[in-house]
Amino acid sequence: MSPSAAQPVSTVTPDKTPRLRRGFRLQWEPAQNGHVLLYPEGMIKLNDSAAEILQRVDGQRSVAAIVSDLSERFPGVPGIDEDILAFLEVAHAQFWIELQ
Amino acid sequence: MHSSGSSFSKPGHEPGPPLWLLAELTYRCPLQCPYCSNPLDFAAQGEELSTAEWIEVFRQARELGAAQLGFSGGEPLVRQDLAELIAAARGLGYYTNLITSGIGLTERRIAEFAEAGLDHIQISFQAADEAVNNLLAGSHKAFAQKQAMARAVKAHGYPMVLNFVTHRHNIDDIDRIIELCIELEADYVELATCQFYGWAHLNRAGLLPTRAQLERAERITNEYRRKLAAAGHPCKLIFVTPDYYEERPKACMNGWGNLFLDITPDGTALPCHSARQLPVRFPNVREHDLEYIWKHSFGFNRFRGDDWMPEPCRSCDEKDRDFGGCRCQAFMLTGDAANADPVCAKSAHHGMILAAREEAEQVPLGLDALQFRNERASRLICKA
Repeated sequence: MSPSAAQPVSTVTPDKTPRLRRGFRLQWEPAQNGHVLLYPEGMIKLNDSAAEILQRVDGQRSVAAIVSDLSERFPGVPGIDEDILAFLEVAHAQFWIELQ
Repeated sequence: MHSSGSSFSKPGHEPGPPLWLLAELTYRCPLQCPYCSNPLDFAAQGEELSTAEWIEVFRQARELGAAQLGFSGGEPLVRQDLAELIAAARGLGYYTNLITSGIGLTERRIAEFAEAGLDHIQISFQAADEAVNNLLAGSHKAFAQKQAMARAVKAHGYPMVLNFVTHRHNIDDIDRIIELCIELEADYVELATCQFYGWAHLNRAGLLPTRAQLERAERITNEYRRKLAAAGHPCKLIFVTPDYYEERPKACMNGWGNLFLDITPDGTALPCHSARQLPVRFPNVREHDLEYIWKHSFGFNRFRGDDWMPEPCRSCDEKDRDFGGCRCQAFMLTGDAANADPVCAKSAHHGMILAAREEAEQVPLGLDALQFRNERASRLICKA
């Protein structure tokens, strides 16, 4: 394999702007009563928190903006910022999202 | 279409939604792969569904909860209405997958499908070696065409899966296969060791790799996985081992009529694409609506739950995990689809699997000894 094709591993920091990887789609599925993340030949059923976060991953909002938006929407949830960062780290490691 | 018919649904076994809809649009195909999963008697099947009939199938399945839709075949590109079908499916909210050999694909059609909303394209290769690829495919131009189309698919911004069916004649080239996929910028690579259904079952002696071949291929795949992960490379390698080297059967289709719905070219609804060979009456979308088919038809309820299981499955504490394995394999190898899949070491027929492994160690049949999948051979099989 050619190392030049590789992307350096970057971590999720407040200044980064995440977006869904090409070919990934977030969608509400009535039959499953929840949001799913669709990708080539696969589907991940999301829990409510994951869906709230991914709905804000639009290639426009920064990680900081997503955290502040969700903190406002869910006031008094302790450690919400760490939870969001931790989820975005997982989503990034799984190549569901890309960071700009 | 109407809903009438008796209900064969089993109390306590309300099925979940058919999340995956596989639309086998046609059995026509320009290639002749000797491990094709289409039925041996494909040449004798009925008339293909029309554009309107397919779109009605998509609508009904979507209503039941289907979210992933695979356009398959045969070669789906031979359907001239493919772009129309893609647009209709995408409009209904499906994630649309085109599963193709790449033969018949052009830059113009790739752009047309993108316009229609196609989400993803999977291209299958037969080998990393041009000569072996073309021999297996039964076409001397196949390899160059596939490579060109894989590049075009990526150039149009689609995510791409490359699928290699591996067997004893190409599995030793696994490193070249993976290198080729990385070079072509595949997002996912399916290294699927041949499963023995359809034409592959007919050719099993010439296709089953040895255990040593398989272990080597898996080791090399794991080395590449480590390299890709270390480089932060998004390409994902999916290695499918053949169940012939397992001691417990696979949880086939995640359970009978559980989340997978296959519609064949003539509208027969199946719980998996190989189930047509079973001595089970399966419903047709020309006669029943999909809600009846999925929830109430005899065919889809035949192996739901576990009251149909004989021993050793009936008293087995793993029956909820693997559902007794694959009904088609049980039927092909033992003559009774309700039997335990002979892959299971608890099966009285497990010796057949051991014998096949033994056979793989003997002097193999050459590529030229394989029965290639084509219309002429299929007609002969129908007559027999």
